[in-house]
Amino acid sequence: MIRRKEVPTLPSRKTLAAMRKAGRVRSVHLKSTAFLLHLWLLLAAALSLGGCVRPGGRVAQGNHDQILYLGNGAEPADLDPQTTIGEPESRIFNALFEGLVSMDPKDLHAVPGVAERWDISPDGCVYTFHLRHNARWSNGDPLTSHDFIESYRRMLSPALGAQYAEMFFNHVEVVNAKEFYDGKISDFSQVGFQAPDPYTLVVNLRNPAAYFLQICNHNSWYPVHLPTILKFGKFDEKSTAWTHPGNFVGNGPFRLKAWLNQQELVVERDPNYWDAANVRLHEIHYYPTENIDTEERDFRSGQLHVSYDVPLAKLDVYRKNAPQVLVISPYNGTYYYRLNVTNPILKDKRVRRALALAIDREGIVKNVMRGGQQPAYCLTPPDYEGGYVCRAGIPTDYDAARKLLAEAGYPGGRGLPPVEILINTNASHRAVAEVVQQTWRDQLHVDARIVNQEWKVYLDSQHTLNYCASRSSWIGDYVDPFTFLGLMLSDGGNNDTGFNNPEYDRLVSHSREVPDPVARREILQQAEAILLDDAPVAPIYFWTRVYLRQPSVKGWYDNIQDRHMPKFIYLEETSPPPGLQKVAADGGKTRPLLGRLP
Amino acid sequence: MFKFIARRLLETIPVLLIIITGSFFLMHAAPGGPFDSERRVTPEIQRNLEAHYGLNKPLHRQYLDYLGRLVLHGDFGPSFKYSNRTVNELIGESLPVSLRLGMYGMIIALVIGVTAGIIASLRPNTATDYVPMTLAMTGICLPTFVLGPLLVLLFAMKLKWFNPSGWYDPTDAVLPSLTLGIYYAAYLARLTRGGMLEVLSQDYIRTARAKGASEWRVVLKHALRGGLLPVVSFLGPALAGIISGSFVVESIFQIPGLGRYFVTAAFNRDYTMVMGTVIFFAVLIVAFNLLVDVVQVWLNPRLRFQ
Repeated sequence: MIRRKEVPTLPSRKTLAAMRKAGRVRSVHLKSTAFLLHLWLLLAAALSLGGCVRPGGRVAQGNHDQILYLGNGAEPADLDPQTTIGEPESRIFNALFEGLVSMDPKDLHAVPGVAERWDISPDGCVYTFHLRHNARWSNGDPLTSHDFIESYRRMLSPALGAQYAEMFFNHVEVVNAKEFYDGKISDFSQVGFQAPDPYTLVVNLRNPAAYFLQICNHNSWYPVHLPTILKFGKFDEKSTAWTHPGNFVGNGPFRLKAWLNQQELVVERDPNYWDAANVRLHEIHYYPTENIDTEERDFRSGQLHVSYDVPLAKLDVYRKNAPQVLVISPYNGTYYYRLNVTNPILKDKRVRRALALAIDREGIVKNVMRGGQQPAYCLTPPDYEGGYVCRAGIPTDYDAARKLLAEAGYPGGRGLPPVEILINTNASHRAVAEVVQQTWRDQLHVDARIVNQEWKVYLDSQHTLNYCASRSSWIGDYVDPFTFLGLMLSDGGNNDTGFNNPEYDRLVSHSREVPDPVARREILQQAEAILLDDAPVAPIYFWTRVYLRQPSVKGWYDNIQDRHMPKFIYLEETSPPPGLQKVAADGGKTRPLLGRLP
Repeated sequence: MFKFIARRLLETIPVLLIIITGSFFLMHAAPGGPFDSERRVTPEIQRNLEAHYGLNKPLHRQYLDYLGRLVLHGDFGPSFKYSNRTVNELIGESLPVSLRLGMYGMIIALVIGVTAGIIASLRPNTATDYVPMTLAMTGICLPTFVLGPLLVLLFAMKLKWFNPSGWYDPTDAVLPSLTLGIYYAAYLARLTRGGMLEVLSQDYIRTARAKGASEWRVVLKHALRGGLLPVVSFLGPALAGIISGSFVVESIFQIPGLGRYFVTAAFNRDYTMVMGTVIFFAVLIVAFNLLVDVVQVWLNPRLRFQ
């Protein structure tokens, strides 16, 4: 409603002059100028709100006090190790709990945890753990084998709705665990756990799972303090108040000190822990910062010791100016495209192979991801400890791809209906999909289209096989090919491609019964060769973890699981890395920002 | 007046019921559920999870259960995502934060916006009009996700006056409040200018001036009351928006406010949290619109007779 022309706000100059002459008005003009001045002063005062506080970087103080500040990616959903599945929670559990065995921070091999030693039967199916007598809960209660068995009974109670219950019957098969979970037996003493005395725990497995000790260090296998749980709810009741600060009881090297929703979670060294004398950190603060740009600014201004992530746009700047804080380490995960075997276009194996052969993996890794990822020609990432390295593979070979496509009846891509690439909405996935789309177009003359969907809709489309090709990734739960190859079993809940090959199923299942590691690896090699030949998946790259870490953080080693036991971490007082200031100066010249991969 | 308020309050009941019903069924119609993730659980585990949250019952049953709990106990239920906390707790914890941030932001917006608007209206089409109005236009065009990081870079990283993020001591509120406030200030400045221009051309202003009333008195006493009318009607929904949190500002400054839940709850299919935030926001909007109507009647004598 602004009508500029009709607004005589002040008397006209003529009138004013006349009024002034008559001596009736001192000066309206002068008065309004003074008034304006007042208003401008008010405005300036409003703008200069705020004090001049100068908070010192937390990191420098933390180095001195042994307080570690960690970016943790997201707000923990809960602190019950039996009902949570996320990465942020599992990082906190590394401090709050300890399993039967722990792991060496460098090469991940099993080291004594609550159990000071263990025996394995010759057939690899019976594990006897000898618990240390001085293991305690954070409230001072002794920790016994009975606690473990009760915890496992809770974990396998259907009413708890534990998402990781399958860790007891799918990945390793504890005798009768599935039967108990399905309600076929109700007597828990028939399940393969025994406690001959308070400090001995026997676990009976159906198959000799080579990776069982690794699973013992997974949060689903951690003990929980039943008396505390019963104080705040029923035995198998999910999400009660027992995990709130003040109520929480754990058995790890640290105990819960504070938990401010969406702000920070603080743990402090627990004097009751059996090895407290060797724990050097006093406190760890976990920050649930989801905005990776905010997190990077926090890191750069000395508020964080370790970030969870780095904005892709900042990678090159850090590489150039502060390489000593940029961490790039191989990670146990694969980024791949699912190719829907039941789709009318892709049901022909030759078409799937052709598409999988025509992906510019090198280009994607070098120009799009730029975080040290390795191009993937098979599904299982190479075991960096020298175990399993897949021999078969789907190479990048455009000639072979064109030939296969012609054999399938689509010479030069003619007659092939458009191929849709399904992605969840994310700039990074889109960038990869665009490279794939372009390569398919240029090399095979295939009309490829990108379809993006919101996360949960995308998951639904993928699960109901309502797609053609779909971007996917998988992070291994433990370091063993089974965590990747088990994925593609015809009855695997996460197969989601329609791939169904009885020979593959037979080999993968059979591998679990073979105790000899060399023979077992050989069987898995055969299985993966079958899988890649059939190409229900097109591997693209192997993951890396890319984050920032201050040089003062010691005892933190890169490993393929990206697991860092706080027990071994300590801080050294060092001067801040010189390049960090320059990161800011170069910040504007980098490439556009790409989002975080979920 | 009392009758007017009572009638308006009664009218809100069907409005809220429609909102609740619509959101509930729309939400359940969206593909995907709260427990879908890239790592799918086995069907039997899925069944147990759904049973735990009552999702295995028929949808109309779930709806009636939900409505019953809500009306009888004011209970929004447990959050699906943050499973050891209830929606009531989560809203209860984050609302004070958003309220404080929103209030600071609104105060900054009002002081800067209204002042700039008045200044601009006093001499239309001169420098004192163009400068604040150009700044206001820039403020409207500059989204918070640009302004916020810019303020952080300048005041936190370069000058080191404030923390770059967090919500611990009182100074942590300065940068986010400014980010939020400047954005709203820009709108308020333009609205104030428009309102003031309209009023300043009225006869009663000329009369006031002719009677020799001081400029302060003319502008602040006679003109401002009428000139603020458009601002007041804008403030109702704006206040509801500003105190229920801003996802962007909260994310940039890592503030534990309410705004994030409006976005993340929907992404997570955190059904109870979605409903909680929708209902909460609906109540706020209804309440503030009512408040605005009352204030407008008070500000504008002509409305009193209608």
